[in-house]
Order: sequence, then structure tokens, then C-alpha cells
Amino acid sequence: MLQTNETIKKLADKFGRKEESLLPILENVYEQKHIISEDDMVDIARELDISAAKVYGTATFYSFLETKKCGKYVIRICKTITCMMHGKNQIIKELEELLKVNLGETTPDGLFTLKETNCLGQCHKGPAMLINDAPFTELTPGKVRDIVNKYRQEEKQVAS
Amino acid sequence: MNKSLKRLDLIFKNEHDADVILEKSLKRSNEELIEDLISSGLKGRGGAGFPTGLKWKLSAEATGKEKYVICNADEGEPGTFKDREILSSVPHKVMAGMAICARIIGSQKGYIYLRGEYKFLVPQLNKTIDEFHELLDKLNLDFRIEIFLGCGAYICGEETSLFESMEGHRGEPRNKPPFPTDAGYKGGPTVINNVETLAHTYSIFKYGPEKFKDLGVKDSRGSKVFSVSGDTPTPGIYELEFGMTLQKFVDDFGDGDAKAVQVGGAAGFCVPRKKFDKTVIGYKGKLTGVSLPTGGSMMIFNSSRSMYNVLHNYLDFFVEESCGQCTPCRVGTQQLLLGIEAVKRGDKSSLYLEQLLSLAETMRITAKCGLGQSVANSFSSIVENFREEMIY
Repeated sequence: MLQTNETIKKLADKFGRKEESLLPILENVYEQKHIISEDDMVDIARELDISAAKVYGTATFYSFLETKKCGKYVIRICKTITCMMHGKNQIIKELEELLKVNLGETTPDGLFTLKETNCLGQCHKGPAMLINDAPFTELTPGKVRDIVNKYRQEEKQVAS
Repeated sequence: MNKSLKRLDLIFKNEHDADVILEKSLKRSNEELIEDLISSGLKGRGGAGFPTGLKWKLSAEATGKEKYVICNADEGEPGTFKDREILSSVPHKVMAGMAICARIIGSQKGYIYLRGEYKFLVPQLNKTIDEFHELLDKLNLDFRIEIFLGCGAYICGEETSLFESMEGHRGEPRNKPPFPTDAGYKGGPTVINNVETLAHTYSIFKYGPEKFKDLGVKDSRGSKVFSVSGDTPTPGIYELEFGMTLQKFVDDFGDGDAKAVQVGGAAGFCVPRKKFDKTVIGYKGKLTGVSLPTGGSMMIFNSSRSMYNVLHNYLDFFVEESCGQCTPCRVGTQQLLLGIEAVKRGDKSSLYLEQLLSLAETMRITAKCGLGQSVANSFSSIVENFREEMIY
């Protein structure tokens, strides 16, 4: 609990204790913890002197602010029209097999969460996906395998 | 293939002279600058098409302690990706436009509201902003730009919900009036312009309004950046003149088998092949035939595509992205989706489509903001033109 307060205090110091800082604070909490927990929401409310319900309302409105625990890397595959036309379902199937999870689930090692999302603004290079902030375009099943393997290898190197 | 449409290069030409243009423009009076913008005929490039000069003028005249200039880079419309390209290749033009606007209306603070999906642009953009601030210091202009990052909500491209989101609230649109020029971000008079619009203001201040006015047709002046995707051998970003017919566009960009073009994204209109030569791309005005405004999204579908699947994908999008604040949009989008599924399965008779069309029309009249109002655009144009594909 003390740890939590520290994170949020620092963020409130950085962005200022005003309502306009709420979105940047929430975004940073998520980036650091891969979840915005209800405890954190209460602490944010306390820091900014607004109601916890208000923080909850804002946090649950935005699709990139996750209130359920996500993996270290969130893979978001664009499901909007042109990416669909260019075979995003095949990409999803490949990822599901590769990660051994279904859409919406997180791998048991806590590394990847697989999700669909609306238009990523890469329609001329579909199918497209984001891994956290990084965009990947013109995907093929082979390309997806390489990308996931690269992330896995990097993790192994960090661990060892 | 005969490339009949003229390609333009006003926006993406890297001119490295933002400092010169800015300095030159700041020496002129506010009235002169606004007059240039108004006479150029520049209209908002986000899709709604409000005259930019008038917007700046109204904000300049508005009284309020703090005024703001906001660049709307929450480019969420399916099939649109031009703003990302503009911000990554010529961000200084956009910032120059913002700074000139700030001087005119008397603002010290500007924001670029960047959609969360484009977060990877932030490091580069921040570098450009730092350099730009040094330039502003040299020119003695008290104005600062900051990036505000969105968090994955299509509705936040709507200007008032964008303000709500910046203020820390749910991204739910406000009632209008008051309009942003009177009371926008934090209640202050605010100019909010699309990325491309701001880049165009730079060109107008550089080359003068006449050169801009030479392009395009009556009521739709200048060039426009189009995002072309779908069934095309040449997807990508193209700067073209307003006033072309859809037929010419398809001749240039189609794969020879285009059966429909979606103009303006999921919130836009679907035009079937038989209406290509009668449809003109431009803002509503005194043009012959049907004219369609667009934020630049042009999605081409060839005859292998099921328009039912296309519409289903759009409705799915709207169901998720409706903010849920007003009933017509929240319930309407869901019912339209369930409705076409029921007709397709045969659980409802094909006559049920009439009821769905009238529901869409009701949403156009009663929904609070542009999202709910424009669902009827794609719904009606697809259902009316491809009725048999909805049923069988």
C-alpha cells in the first residue's frame, strides 16, 4: 500500500494536482503496473481531491486504460474494415496458436495479452497490430511468428 | 493505366522555412491574416468543413481570460491515416499554423491531442516541439505547445468530447452551443483544427490565398489529402484537388473491379458503381450532382466483397465506440447491428429493413453528436444500394 501511494504521489507531483492531470496519471499508472487497480483509483482520487467514482468513471471509459491485469506486452490487432479485408483473422489465429491463449486472455507467464482493437490508422498497410506502443504492419503469419519470438528472446536475455 | 488526376505536393513538400514564414506572418496584422484565410476559402479538413478563417475570427473576437489553440490529431475514422503522415513528415507546418493562430486570437497555450494509437510518434514530436519553442523565443512569441495523449476512444475526435477528455472526464460530448470558439477547453475560447487544416494555413500564409483558391471548385477550394485503402493496387496517401468525380478517382486508384467506394469512413457514405460518375468529392455547395465531403478516407471495395460484412464491421465499430451518453446512439447502434443479423439469418422478414432505416433516420435527428447522427450515412447508403446483399 505504501508503495502504491509513492507511485501516485510522484505522478501527481509531476502532472499537478488538478482534474486535467487525471488522464495522464491514469495512463502512467497503467504503463508502470499493467493495470489500474481500484486501490490505485482511490489513491488517485485522494491526491487530486476528487471522488473515487469520478476516477473510476474516467478510467473505465477509455479502451487503452485497462482495469484488469494485462501482460507486460499487450498485442492489439486492428479489426476494422480494411485490416479485416486483408486477413486479420488469419493473424489472430496464428497468434492464438503461438501464444496458446484466446482473444482477450493473458499468457500464464504474464508476458502477452491478446486483444482486438478498432482502427489503428494503418489501413493502407493492413493487417496491422500494436505491441504496447509499437506498430507492426503488413502482417503475415510468418512475420507475426518472428515478431513474437523476438519479444520472447529479449525477455529471456533480460531474465538471464 | 491513364493517370488522369493531378497529384499535388503542397502539404508534404518539405520546405524547411517554417521560421521564415512564421516571422513574415507575425509582422502582418491580425486582420490581414484572417482576411487571407477567409478569402482562401479554406474549410476544416477533419470532415465537417467549417470555414477556418471564420473560426479564428470568432475566437479572436471572443472574450475570455485564457484562450487555447488545439490541434486535433485524434484521427480515429476508419480508413484515415493522413494526419499521422503529416505529423511525422511535416510537423513544423502544423506548429507554425498553431503559432500564427495563437498570435491572432491571443493564446499562450496550445495542445496537440494525439490519439493513443500514435504514441510512437511522441519522442520525435517532442523533439520538434522543443526546437519550435526556441524559434518562438527568438521571435518573442509567448506560446507553448504540449502533447496530450488520448487513450483509445474514437469519440474524442469530436471536439467537445476531446475537451472533456483533456479535463479528466469521460469523453462524452457536450451540448452545442456554446461553441468552442466561445467556450471550449476549460471554458476558454478555443480554436480546434484538424492537423491537415493547420498545415494548409501555413501554405496559405506562404503562397497567398490566390494560389490556394486556384485549386478545387466553387465552395470546395484547395487541395485535400486522401487516405486510399481497400481493394486498390496503390493504397496510400495522396494529395488531390477537390471537385473530382468518383469515377475519375476509381479509374486512377481502383483495381478495375470496384463495386463501391466508402467516402469519409464508417461515418461517411457508400457510393455504388452506378453513381460513380455523378458523385463529386467536395463540400456541399452549388455543385452539379451529388457532392460528398470527406475527412479524406476513401475505401474501395471490389466485387468479391460482401457489403453485408462491410456494414456489419462498421456497426460493430459504432456499437463499441458509442460513448453511451444518449439513448438514440447507445441503443440505436446495437439494434441496427442485431437487426441486420436477424434479417440475414431469416429471423426477420426483409421488410424489417424499412424499420431499421427509419431507426437510423431517427438517430440522425435525435443523437446528441456527430457520431450517432452519422451512423445513418453508412447504414442507409449501404442498405439502400445493396439491399439484396443484406437479405441473401
